[in-house]
Amino acid sequence: MNDTLHSHEAPIEHPGYGTFIGVWLLLLLLTGCLVGLSHVSQTYAVWGLMTLTPLKAGLVFYYFMHLKYEGPVFKIVILVTLGTLLIFFALLFSDVAFR
Amino acid sequence: MSGTHATTPEPSYLVDTGTRTGVMAWLTTTDHKRIGLLYLYSMMTFFFVGVGIGLVMRLVQLTTFQKLVTAQTYNAMFTVHGVIMIFLFVVPGLPAIFGNFFLPILIGAKDVSFPRLNLASWYFFIAGAILAVLSLFTGGGAPDTGWTFYAPFSLKTGTNVSLAVFAAFVLGFSSMLTGINFITTIHRMRAPGMHWFRMPLMCWALYSTAWIQLLATPIVAITLLLVILERFFGIGIFDPAKGGDPLLYQHLFWIYSHPAVYIMILPAMGAISEILPTFAKRPIFGYKAIAFSSMSIAGVGSLVWAHHMFTSGMSGMALMIFSLLTMVVAVPSAIKVFNWVSTLYKGSIDFQPPLLFALTFIFLFCIGGLTGVMQGALAINVHIHDTYFIVGHFHYVMFGGTGMALFAALLYWFPKMFGKMYSKKAIYASWFPMFIGFNMLYFGMMILGMMGMPRRYYVHLPQFHTMHVIATVGSWFLVLGLVIFFATLIYATFKGEKAEDNPWGGVTLEWTIPSPPPLENFDVIPTITRGPYHFEQEEHP
Repeated sequence: MNDTLHSHEAPIEHPGYGTFIGVWLLLLLLTGCLVGLSHVSQTYAVWGLMTLTPLKAGLVFYYFMHLKYEGPVFKIVILVTLGTLLIFFALLFSDVAFR
Repeated sequence: MSGTHATTPEPSYLVDTGTRTGVMAWLTTTDHKRIGLLYLYSMMTFFFVGVGIGLVMRLVQLTTFQKLVTAQTYNAMFTVHGVIMIFLFVVPGLPAIFGNFFLPILIGAKDVSFPRLNLASWYFFIAGAILAVLSLFTGGGAPDTGWTFYAPFSLKTGTNVSLAVFAAFVLGFSSMLTGINFITTIHRMRAPGMHWFRMPLMCWALYSTAWIQLLATPIVAITLLLVILERFFGIGIFDPAKGGDPLLYQHLFWIYSHPAVYIMILPAMGAISEILPTFAKRPIFGYKAIAFSSMSIAGVGSLVWAHHMFTSGMSGMALMIFSLLTMVVAVPSAIKVFNWVSTLYKGSIDFQPPLLFALTFIFLFCIGGLTGVMQGALAINVHIHDTYFIVGHFHYVMFGGTGMALFAALLYWFPKMFGKMYSKKAIYASWFPMFIGFNMLYFGMMILGMMGMPRRYYVHLPQFHTMHVIATVGSWFLVLGLVIFFATLIYATFKGEKAEDNPWGGVTLEWTIPSPPPLENFDVIPTITRGPYHFEQEEHP
């Protein structure tokens, strides 16, 4: 049955190792930035975590977990899920950040 | 809709047709209707245990019975009353009973998407219930934390909190699996021609509920596991002595438990939306508004959890945001009430017991809902937080709302489920003590709360005594009404007159098949050609 399904799917062009290595180096660079920010001050560390970590997760989703090659429905589902999570985080921070 | 009657009547789902018979046939059934009844019987058993505990708690407030139980036992009783009523009655509530029984029939299907998973959900439910009962008699005895298991007290108490929260964890699986099953069923198994906006409103209510069950329950499941880990290994996530944050527990608990209120009330609203058109003999007013208000209650209702924490020491910013969001969630609820009342307006009202209980729901739910909006205002909330006002309010919503809607739904669908009709006079006779007792008990509690009576107290000051007596006498009337109500239905199950296939003149799919329904519901899957509430076309075909 899988063969039948695959035969109807359009062939997907996967990137070469160069892209993966490039993304990995970028992830390492961002991790370095986060470590650096944590030495500056707690505020920088928190804002760094809140902005760069989702970016890192996005790169992993997009390239290593092949989200880039999925259909729009799948992308929308992931976006809505992450958006929902973000709303919950924001509401929690309305307490924690202003306490 | 095309005809759906079998030409040669098939045996009803109540007749054993498989290889097993008797109790084993029921315990291994994958038929959605039988599973619905398994939930009905088990939940009603738990309900009456909860009622009994509540009755004793009221008695303790009378001078004569003040020493009936000790203070520690009283603490255990309000915890167990809450755990039973919330986790074993109102949360599974209407979806488990009527969702299981009627969802496939309402959308023109033969069963749910995953019948075995459906049975597994019931076993998870029973396993959780057994663990909850075991927690009363093992370890350090019955938990004394209240059903909310607030940290840090739940981390420190010597009572058997670990097993009780594990029971709630297991019950959560039942809820999540039912949610997955209903979502898949509604997406994949609707009859040909049944578009989303041709579904009866009960299906919309079950659909929104299922999403909350699926998305919110894992949060409380993980939180309860953290409580167990903290109790056994002292990981320190909620314990302030170890740098943990007890407010984080409250946040995580209410992120689930407030939407859980909508798990309880949305299917109740769905049932009311089925009952009113049938007895007003006209289409529901504002079908799409009601359908979308269910979805928006599910959405916005998930963002208001911290209104349970207004006096917890949360930040001022969070107080304002959650107060505002709480006011917003009242809008879709009000939309429903206006639409229900408009449905009745100029209808050809056929006054029958299900309608009486549906109207009772609207009246009591409005009191519960409006007192909820009151509490959304910060200044009022500070005054009445943790008082009897809160207890009165949530009983208006949960019992006056979900409970009465469950009774209305039971009266409405009883002839279809069992093929028998009950004594309408006896049901009317049960309504009077139930309604009077209910209001004496819970409105009395709200007055006590306004006067300053704190909740969960074993004893009270003399100035509260008169209202306590009124509330306790009300509880006797309420229980009398409940006993007459259920005795009538149990009697009807065995000795009731045979019910017609469509005793109320309903137009949704369940009224097109025999009472009780055959095993696979429809001989031929119907083709749907119109919306669910077309009474005019019935009169003028």
